[in-house]
Amino acid sequence: MSQTAKIANVRELSRHDFEDFLYEEAAMLDEWRLNDWLDLFTDDAQYMVPSTNCAEDATPANALFYIADNRFRLGERVVRLSKKTAHAEWPRSKTRHMVHNVRIRSVEGDEYAVTCNFVTYRTKNDQTETYLGHHEYKIVSSPDGLRIREKKSVLDLDTIRQQGKISIII
Amino acid sequence: MAQNGPANGQFIIDNKDAGVFKVSRQAFVDDTILAQEKRKVFDRCWLYVGHESEVAKNGDFVTRNIADRNLIFNRDRGGKVNVFYNTCTHRGAFVCREKEGNSRRFQCFYHGWVFSDEGNLIEVPGRDSYCAHFNEDGSSNLARVERLDSYRGLYFINFDKNAGSLHDYLGGVREYIDLVVDQGEAGMEIVGGTQQYSINANWKLLTENSIDGYHAATTHATYMDYLANTAGSLAAVGMGGGGRQLGNGHAAIEYSAPWGRPVAQWVPAWGDQGKKDIEDIKAFLTEKYGQERAERIASMNRNILVFPNLVINDIMAITFRTFFPQAPGKMHVNAWAVAPIGESEAFRERRLFNFLEFLGPGGFATPDDIEALEMCQRGYKNVEAVGWNDISKGVIRDQPGTNDELQMRAFWRQWNALMTVQEAAE
Repeated sequence: MSQTAKIANVRELSRHDFEDFLYEEAAMLDEWRLNDWLDLFTDDAQYMVPSTNCAEDATPANALFYIADNRFRLGERVVRLSKKTAHAEWPRSKTRHMVHNVRIRSVEGDEYAVTCNFVTYRTKNDQTETYLGHHEYKIVSSPDGLRIREKKSVLDLDTIRQQGKISIII
Repeated sequence: MAQNGPANGQFIIDNKDAGVFKVSRQAFVDDTILAQEKRKVFDRCWLYVGHESEVAKNGDFVTRNIADRNLIFNRDRGGKVNVFYNTCTHRGAFVCREKEGNSRRFQCFYHGWVFSDEGNLIEVPGRDSYCAHFNEDGSSNLARVERLDSYRGLYFINFDKNAGSLHDYLGGVREYIDLVVDQGEAGMEIVGGTQQYSINANWKLLTENSIDGYHAATTHATYMDYLANTAGSLAAVGMGGGGRQLGNGHAAIEYSAPWGRPVAQWVPAWGDQGKKDIEDIKAFLTEKYGQERAERIASMNRNILVFPNLVINDIMAITFRTFFPQAPGKMHVNAWAVAPIGESEAFRERRLFNFLEFLGPGGFATPDDIEALEMCQRGYKNVEAVGWNDISKGVIRDQPGTNDELQMRAFWRQWNALMTVQEAAE
């Protein structure tokens, strides 16, 4: 992070900076370093996975999503996933987060709108599930480095019948 | 049937005097039982198809898969609600390939036949090549589902044209549907966005799980931890209540609980404005329904089973949930959020926030239910050695509590009764 932080202070950020950041995020998730992952988020952060049939401009305030966490509940999600009593994820599943097609879409002050495509594999109980879609990030450049203010994971799926549930961070 | 299988052609052992209630695990794993269920349960019972708010305007339609049938649920130009089989009467292709929308006509693209939103065949390319009397009897119009009726905005279908009335079928569960629907001054509506997921387990396991108070402490330990960790999330209310069987296999548990209810139990996290709003909602309920009923609507939680596969959970939010078997060990689940029409934006947001912390396949509780059900299904691989489930909790009590299993026994007795009916053709 310190390298990224230095870069952030001296010049406009490039796609490479965000690729490095998102690859590191993916590694944290795959290695179940969830507390480190949580530290990537700002105090006012939001994490969302919309349902697959709601309107494109739907929000968690007016439509049923799969996940819509504020920063507090995201922290509680990490607490939950760290317990053996999170039965869906104990014993822990194996995950592999693939991140592609990273693009900076716009910059507003210190906030970058970044999108990327994703494929996330989850293996548990002798089955592998595949989640695919794109992430929409709002990432702020702060003195501490890059921080996620918003992460919205939009699934390119008709339903999640093949996956069953979303018990991991995709 | 395997040894340990159904005894004397019965799938349950029901002996109150001996304190015994058991269900054969063959009921969860056997292909022939699933085939019988489709005929004897799903082709005979009234099944929830959708809510009036989903087809609010003339021309609105949604497509549904109900008990292996592909259906169109719509409101036609005259305001009438219909359920059609989604298949062209010419060669069979879907006439509607969108999940939802608004249309006055459904066109099969294969040969171009067009049906009106009332189901009438209105265009046939090359019509002059057919006989003059073609479709005079209406036999080439879209086929309607055999029976369609509604109760308080909930539409149900029945594939048995000789079935009794929906009103009689619902019977004792109408009281509980009323307690949910009465929460909206202007009625209730489905909120946009559907959770469409699946569970690798027998569908009846979700029936049991949806009305099971006993599993909460262990299966949902992390949710209980979360509530305890969350400042202001709890009202000064204990857990308490009971289970009821409502006839025809319908059942419910009804209980108080400490979480916030948008209609209408305040928790400190909602602040002073939230408190005032809750008091306003309660005042409306009291004025309309009287003190006692208003209190019951506002403060009590309900997990309601409408036999065989509609669950209405009126807890920290309201959900309608249906599920259908795809195989003995696989079900598809649909879950909707339901809310009063005209609810304030703040309460709608609170309701949906509440919904997601407990409910749904990304919530803090449902994934663990799914894991539990799937582990049961895996455990049934041992059916030859261990052939029966125990559902006897509370059988010794006159008034079983929410953590007892009376409501599940109600389901199983009805299911067993339908499944052991001898069909004329057999």
